[in-house]
Amino acid sequence: MRVLVLLAALVAIAAGTETFVGHQVLRIVPTNNEELQTVQELQELEELQLDFWLAPRGLGYPVDIRVPFPSLQPLKAHLEANSISYSIMIEDVQALLDHEQMEMLRSRRQLPFSTNTFDYATYHNLDEIYAFMDLLVAENPNLVSKLEIGRSTENRPLYVLKFSRGGTNRPAVWIDTGIHSREWVTQASGVWFAKKIVLDHESDEGLASVLDKMDIFLEIVTNPDGFAFTHSQNRMWRKTRSKHSGSLCVGVDPNRNWDAGFGGPGASGNPCSDTYHGPYANSEPEVKAIVDFVKSHGNIKAFVSIHSYSQLLLYPYGHTSTPVPDQKELHQISKKAVAALSSLYGTSYKYGSIITTIYQASGGTIDWTYNQGIKYSFTFELRDTGRYGFLLPAKHIVPTAKETWLALKVIMQHTLDHLY
Amino acid sequence: DIDGVGQKYHLELVLEDVLDKDSTVNCTAEVLYHLGNNIPPDVQFAIAGELKNAEAADNIFYNRIKSLEKELVAENIPDSRGNVSPEMEPVHLLAWVASGYVIWQNSTENTKFQLAQIKRVKQVKRRDEYLEFDYTILLHEMVSQEIIPWQMTVLWHPQHSVQVTQDSRQPKHA
Repeated sequence: MRVLVLLAALVAIAAGTETFVGHQVLRIVPTNNEELQTVQELQELEELQLDFWLAPRGLGYPVDIRVPFPSLQPLKAHLEANSISYSIMIEDVQALLDHEQMEMLRSRRQLPFSTNTFDYATYHNLDEIYAFMDLLVAENPNLVSKLEIGRSTENRPLYVLKFSRGGTNRPAVWIDTGIHSREWVTQASGVWFAKKIVLDHESDEGLASVLDKMDIFLEIVTNPDGFAFTHSQNRMWRKTRSKHSGSLCVGVDPNRNWDAGFGGPGASGNPCSDTYHGPYANSEPEVKAIVDFVKSHGNIKAFVSIHSYSQLLLYPYGHTSTPVPDQKELHQISKKAVAALSSLYGTSYKYGSIITTIYQASGGTIDWTYNQGIKYSFTFELRDTGRYGFLLPAKHIVPTAKETWLALKVIMQHTLDHLY
Repeated sequence: DIDGVGQKYHLELVLEDVLDKDSTVNCTAEVLYHLGNNIPPDVQFAIAGELKNAEAADNIFYNRIKSLEKELVAENIPDSRGNVSPEMEPVHLLAWVASGYVIWQNSTENTKFQLAQIKRVKQVKRRDEYLEFDYTILLHEMVSQEIIPWQMTVLWHPQHSVQVTQDSRQPKHA
């Protein structure tokens, strides 16, 4: 009986038809025949709309009654007049139902209750990562906020976490992970970085000094359509999921879609290619959103875009072999960052400009950001070097994130010390 | 640079045992990429030392497969999360060796291939002593970033080297 009532209530709640606000559940244990009779008579009083969860059975047996709000006063008065004692088992039935529904949704989606119970050493899907972001913000409202900078082709929100101690439009560091959806260790590392910033922002001297003067922006799932696709259909999907007329093939390489040497050698004009640059620069909403954000912010001083795999730290250019004016400085920073990274587990990284270290690539992210005047523009290629490649076992996530964080701190510290 | 022939590279490298990082052996090699890239590169090499003896492990794997009642069939090795079950580890390693041959035969100075995943493997039972596996693998080509499906038929026996008797590039999905 009770289960049916509860189910009916939940269905009603879901349908938005019935509410149990202010309803209470009272327990009465009749100790003599008079009390028992009084309680039994209550069942006849239809106008009170009493709902007996445990009907009267006999002396000493509990009687549980759900009492609608309007009937509470009259019933309690009646019981007191007859010297029948009662206890309140449930103060507000609706509150209990709300909480229960929330628990049910939570357990179905296997959501953690806090970022302390979140499992950083496993791969998560898009829902789980988006839920993590909300938890992090809720737990640290004075430090973290979530911005929506746009929508993907398939209308998924593009979220950026902002870590800030205050001020207005402070100089900032940008970090993005997951622009190429199959590079799963990057989104997983992004989640870890977010938590790390929250944990260390006061206790770690270097990070604290950075946040004293600068903001950190972190876009964890830069390509959510692609990411969802790697979970549902094709683990090896790299590009966005846009459909451009004239081709059966889907998607544009978001790291060839930027307005820096766009369409030149090092990108493909074939829509079916994994390095297809797209019909024009910034055709992809995922890219355009960042472009718009960077331009309107106007005060980003370091930009780091994170990929996998190959274990490399790269600076511009990718589209031309002409060295950037700041090549010497960027090379020095890279050397120091790589040394910091390797110090943790001995992971070896190579570093240099994109074109000399990996291959020619046109329309790339950090070529564009550098040309915008963001001097400290870097790209990482995280673990490994090909043994597992994109299918990096989950046990590598935390070590990878930890060592990479050391390199990121070097870059952030240098930026702080050389603000321009 | 060799006029009229191609590009020759002298390499000094260190081979590292995938299963035992401390076990290394020095190696020198010469790789000749032919002009036109139509022929696989020529490779000569010399190993300074001995490769580890894996006879015991080879025999255990060999006997296990030989005694299977139903042909071995498996998919997605590693899985999406990088997991390889212990039983599938030798199947994975065998694919890795065999894919080395396919990669060699299709390499140019502008390619960099890695085995990304075994999409599917099916054992083909033979009357003779050899084990035969029909693999569909995914090769990741670094420069183009393409994932290329490739079929290869692999023959192996503990006392004989790995052979790829047949291989063919497969069409990509849209």
